[in-house]
Amino acid sequence: MKQTCAVKEAVKGSRSLRLKKALVPIAFLLPFGIIFCMFVIFPFVFGIAISFFNWNMFDASRTSFAGFANYIKILFNSESIYFSYFWNGLKNTLLFVAISVPLLIVLPLLLAGLLDRKPYGFRFFRFALFAPTVLSISTVVIIWSWQFYTNGGVINEFLKKVGIGGPNWLNAQPWAWIAILIVTLWWTIGTNMVIFSAGMKNVDRSLYEAARLDGAGAFRSFWHITLPEISNQIVLCLLMTMIASFNIYGQPQLLTNGGPVIDGNFTTTVLMMRIRSIGMGANANPGVASAMSVCMGIIMIAISIVQNRLSKRKGD
Amino acid sequence: MTEVCADKSVKKRKFRLQKGRVISMAILIPITVLWLLPLVWGFVTSFKTDADIDAHLLSFIPREITFSRYARLFAESEQFPVLMWLWNSIYTAALYTILHLVVVSLAAYAFGMLRFKGRDVLFTCVLATMMIPSVINLVPMYNMMVSFNWVGSPLALIVPGAAGVFGLFLMRQFFLGIPKSLVEAAEVEGAGQLTVFLRIVLPLSSSAFMVAGLFAFLGNWNDYMWPQIIMGAEDMIMMTLPVGLSLMQGSYNYDLGLTMTAAITSAIPVLILFMLTQEKVIEGIATSGMKD
Repeated sequence: MKQTCAVKEAVKGSRSLRLKKALVPIAFLLPFGIIFCMFVIFPFVFGIAISFFNWNMFDASRTSFAGFANYIKILFNSESIYFSYFWNGLKNTLLFVAISVPLLIVLPLLLAGLLDRKPYGFRFFRFALFAPTVLSISTVVIIWSWQFYTNGGVINEFLKKVGIGGPNWLNAQPWAWIAILIVTLWWTIGTNMVIFSAGMKNVDRSLYEAARLDGAGAFRSFWHITLPEISNQIVLCLLMTMIASFNIYGQPQLLTNGGPVIDGNFTTTVLMMRIRSIGMGANANPGVASAMSVCMGIIMIAISIVQNRLSKRKGD
Repeated sequence: MTEVCADKSVKKRKFRLQKGRVISMAILIPITVLWLLPLVWGFVTSFKTDADIDAHLLSFIPREITFSRYARLFAESEQFPVLMWLWNSIYTAALYTILHLVVVSLAAYAFGMLRFKGRDVLFTCVLATMMIPSVINLVPMYNMMVSFNWVGSPLALIVPGAAGVFGLFLMRQFFLGIPKSLVEAAEVEGAGQLTVFLRIVLPLSSSAFMVAGLFAFLGNWNDYMWPQIIMGAEDMIMMTLPVGLSLMQGSYNYDLGLTMTAAITSAIPVLILFMLTQEKVIEGIATSGMKD
């Protein structure tokens, strides 16, 4: 009798113990899970939903279902102001992606290649090239806008000294884009450089030795050994840089304020600036802004899938 | 004879490596100088007198060193309360970092050290959300902040980003490297998971906490778009440094020298922080590039 009791108790104990064990991971995951669902998963679903409504943030009674009307407005209805906002913004964003991504990959690759030679002062070089990355965009723009002013800007004053008339950096094209590109390179080049640098450190040195014995110079061994060996990092950086360039906002917002205006078009107003101004504020139209966001998101995902396919095929 | 030969080739190899080091240094010096120029110029300019700036804009040596701009910046705080912005940025970034580390380390412990059904599938799903373009979340998040009455509140800068997947990934990666035997030994002695986490895993993970914490802090400190959305229309006194600086730069009557001084003031704390923690930050970024 006593014995069965003990067995029963043990079984009971183990059952509650098992239950307790099952609850432990849930307890550990709970805080993350709540914040993650609430501020990552829910807004994603909510955002797609909003894009199908004439949404009013402050007065729910004025919200109505719109079907695909918001999408039709931005994609096909050339009468609508949102149509030109969307296509012009998309054009400017894609232009920036196209000019910035190649440079943001190639320059960090070259710099990482130089750092990989273990130059004297390695730590200093790495620090100096990476340092701008830790600054905020406002700080970066304040420092750089004084470089770019047409009158009284550092670059044009310097050009005047050597006898060249400097361009109207922030108010003419293509100079406004060049200025945005320079600032972006200065600000963000460090991250990719550090990732490439770490990848290069892991390349087997004997490969270089073998290539050298075969008569390969520095450039050939960089091309034929270094690049293939760090292809993982290149693919990753390509993806991250592409996403970051799509999301460009601060540089044109603060440096050129979306201008200059040429033929009635804001030439550096990117999609993110449009989404931000349409989606929030006094005359907000969140439905349209969300439809723009979803379209932009789909384009980004499509490009990353194509990129992934291409890089995989190259790997085979 | 062969020995001499070997000796020669070793010497040759050494010489070649030496040559590589010198050449790469020679190429990097001008690039680095160019890179630092705007920053150094801004720093120097913040100490120049107005007359000196007008007369010798390009000069890197002030004729006379003045601290008047720094004094003005910190004294005349009605129009542009830079010190207040600095404080706002520090405490929001610090609270965000703490919340992020707590939330993420607990979850990383579950994903990395505990065994439960569907663990790896769940973790993969969480990682996969990194592919969600954040732009889709922007408008609905603002909408949520409106209904929470969080527009203008620091809570909007602290809570929503706390479940950062990058930090989770980094932390789990680190936990996976902790020897299982240590954890098992504690379990045999009857320690609960929370005790194991607090007494064994945490003390071993200071490096992971530091890396994830630095990233969280820098990211929050420098964030511009979201704080501008949340605080942009609020009282000047509520703003974080990047938002306040952008308003200062955008206001029509701003003083170039004073704005530059404010920018340098905002740059110095992070540059010093980065200088002290360079290895950790770079190690963290390098890890993010190592995942396959």
